[in-house]
Amino acid sequence: MTVTGTRTRGGIGESVVRPDGVPKVTGNFAYASDLTAEGMLWGATLRSPFARARLVRLDTSAALAIPGVHAVLTQEDVPGRPTFGQIVADQPVLVDGEARFWGEPAAIVAADDPDTARRAVAAIDIEWEELDPLVDMEEALELGEVFRHAPVRRGDPDSSGPVVVEGFYEIGMQDQAPLGTEAGLAVPDGEGGVDLWVTSQWTHEDHDQIWRSLDVKPGQVRQHPSGIGGAFGAREDMSLHIHVCMLALRTGRPVKMVYNRAESFPGHVHRHPARMWFRHEARADGTLTRVQARILLDGGAYTDTTPAVVANAVYFAVGPYRVDNVHVDGYGLRTNNPPAGAMRGFGVVQACFAHESQMDRLAAELAMDPLELRKRNALATGDPLATTGQIIETPLPTTDVIDRVAAMPLPAPDESEDPRRLPGGTGLTTSRSDVVRGVGYAVSIKNIAFSEAFDDYAEARVVLTAAGAEVHTAAVEVGQGMVTVLAQIARTALGVDRVAIVPADTGAIGSAGSTSASRQTQMTGGAVLEAARAVRELALQRGDGDDLTSEGVWRSGELVMTLDELCESGPLSHHTRFRHPPTEEPDENGQGTLHADFAVAAHRAVVDVDPELGLVRVVQVDTAQDIGLALNPQSVRGQIEGGIMQGVGLAVMEELVLDRGVIRNASFTDYLLPTFLDAPDVEIELIEEPSPWGPFGAKGIGEPPTISSTPAVVAAIRNATGRELNRVPVRPQDITGT
Amino acid sequence: MSDVDFTLNGETRSVSVGTTQSLLSLLRDELELPGSKNACEQGECGSCTVLMDGAAVCACLVLAADADGSDITTVEGMASGDVLHAVQDALVAGGGVQCGFCTPGFVVAAAHLFESEPSPDRDQIREALSGNICRCTGYGAILRSLEDLAQR
Ligand code: FES
Ligand code: FES
Repeated sequence: MTVTGTRTRGGIGESVVRPDGVPKVTGNFAYASDLTAEGMLWGATLRSPFARARLVRLDTSAALAIPGVHAVLTQEDVPGRPTFGQIVADQPVLVDGEARFWGEPAAIVAADDPDTARRAVAAIDIEWEELDPLVDMEEALELGEVFRHAPVRRGDPDSSGPVVVEGFYEIGMQDQAPLGTEAGLAVPDGEGGVDLWVTSQWTHEDHDQIWRSLDVKPGQVRQHPSGIGGAFGAREDMSLHIHVCMLALRTGRPVKMVYNRAESFPGHVHRHPARMWFRHEARADGTLTRVQARILLDGGAYTDTTPAVVANAVYFAVGPYRVDNVHVDGYGLRTNNPPAGAMRGFGVVQACFAHESQMDRLAAELAMDPLELRKRNALATGDPLATTGQIIETPLPTTDVIDRVAAMPLPAPDESEDPRRLPGGTGLTTSRSDVVRGVGYAVSIKNIAFSEAFDDYAEARVVLTAAGAEVHTAAVEVGQGMVTVLAQIARTALGVDRVAIVPADTGAIGSAGSTSASRQTQMTGGAVLEAARAVRELALQRGDGDDLTSEGVWRSGELVMTLDELCESGPLSHHTRFRHPPTEEPDENGQGTLHADFAVAAHRAVVDVDPELGLVRVVQVDTAQDIGLALNPQSVRGQIEGGIMQGVGLAVMEELVLDRGVIRNASFTDYLLPTFLDAPDVEIELIEEPSPWGPFGAKGIGEPPTISSTPAVVAAIRNATGRELNRVPVRPQDITGT
Repeated sequence: MSDVDFTLNGETRSVSVGTTQSLLSLLRDELELPGSKNACEQGECGSCTVLMDGAAVCACLVLAADADGSDITTVEGMASGDVLHAVQDALVAGGGVQCGFCTPGFVVAAAHLFESEPSPDRDQIREALSGNICRCTGYGAILRSLEDLAQR
């Protein structure tokens, strides 16, 4: 078929503005937390005050006796499967005799208004016996509390190189801190089923868990897409979904639950804290000969997505470099720390901080330019991935991203005494003469979409009517701009300007898969492209033409059938299920074709540091990223800048402070997030080498910006201070050494 | 409970409010104005920013009872009918909106800035909006949107 596209407005390559932009700036966009229903009750949650405790007594009668309280439910009230979980259903819906993390839900309440619900929670008579929590990863490993051990053995185990560097690295627990907290509205349908609007990244996966616990038939739960205030992985696993449905079914009334910020912190999974040991060996010319690593990831009390996070950390432990001998062991550990699961970068963030710190260390040992060392070992198309041995068949511009970022101009030295441009900011703590500038680089590789033989697919239906085209999909928009890009793909593929995205509930269409793993542009985008092309073919057949535009069907440059005439006998429609190229299970050595696609990125950070006070200002972060094709340049830039900001946050400020499993800073006052004054300038080079299976060659773009930006910032701080800095976030005392 | 008379987005309103109720809760839960967002209830994120007698305040920190006699404008009151406020228009056009949860707060805070300083420079924009957290954009597109507006 031919793609004309030229006469289509709002197609691929244009910075089309978001269809939900105006409702969002006027306050009219409905988020899950804004929804209401006639006769609605409010839910609230009683949580464990301990990281580990035995439930001694739980008596709900006093709470139930409060006027306006309609239900108080505990684990005994779960109608169906008592546990849930995406990979392993090992988490009780409510505490089942022992609380295993701080803030674990133990009972839920529905009442006339939020105040009454909160009072009812306080009136529940509950007694706990605090138990000693398991909070140390090494101890968990010794005790065999392992969710997954993923090994990689490749090449000659006895090989060695003359130059050796070793390092030990740590990552603190980062919170996604999406601005919208967990929220849901469940409306009973009067026939034993329920409609649910909830903050989610993957409605069909949630649905499959929810109906089992409610003991209803699958179709009796319809999960609807809902307005979502950011996700970043926090909504990959469920939060209040089953709770709000249980309350609605028990009371026969719509029930709404919204977590406050303090509840949200323990109410979702976080980025896995990591402890990692790496050993790199190389020849004197810098050629890597062997990489060995041991990676521990703290998975919290329940499985969540930990097995897949471990896999990513292990398979990307070497980074985008060639090396023939690799020995890696990664472990996901069960502890009583807060739950860990998906966060942007998904295991690769942790590994990348270690492998990039190692590359700098090795370069220093070899007295070699750090970028030269990386280029000497740069992984390219046709090479085997160092860990899994998978031959890279897709374009992989590793050398290019390095060269392009290195060629970007550096910002001029800052002479300004304006406190807004100094480390420490308007606190007026630093003067310019105390400030040292540093520059650092880092490079990363990330897989796109799901791996390891997962049956990863996305469904979409494209319907053409006289009014234009509709794209039906269950893919979740979390803010990233997928709705814009899907419409652009449909416009270009069809040749029709008027395209509307119709969010579909779980009963209306099959799964689009998760909005994660940088996958929706490629997966649901791929489905939309396929369906739109099929509809275009149908239109050309029906109109016996050679081109389709917003006016109708054309033949040899003449309009032969208007859109009205074309659709007179009914709409044209095509439904498709798109799959990416199949991947394999790893063998016992972690070998195989485990991944569907890859993307590389390089970052350069420029920092100003006051070494005496340990204060850092990240001045600029530049990047070159392998994106396949920019479907929407404005959106691409937005994803890259937002991703970099989260990477910078992890580098210098964001950490949940834990004390025996209890989060000590579960508020926006104490969990520091980057503000406008912390935002670096960002310059971007896009490398467009088409993915063989992404729509029009596009690759996923969401995660790479977050991955190598963190080690680049830390490298820059090392460059400014000479400190080792083996842990993120870098704290002032790590810089001052006090 | 106490009775509160105030002007809300240009209309006079009389409501009775709880003694500990926040202005944010009054707006969202009772007056059907959910545009102002609740992301922290601690005055840390700016998602709930409204104009109160011309000052930008966090509605989560203001007692509803203290709104008595005041003139409040929320994000819902920024546009004139179908005509967007210039700040709203700039944010949509410039890609300053992603998930949008921070956006109502940015709209109100930026409108307030432009009222007192019609052509703010970069650092003025950054400082004036440093009480508004955005988790999605990294602030770049918000800055560019508002710089464009400042130069118009
Ligand atoms: S909700 Fe008011 S400042 Fe965050
Ligand atoms: S756009 Fe999502 S928080 Fe700002």
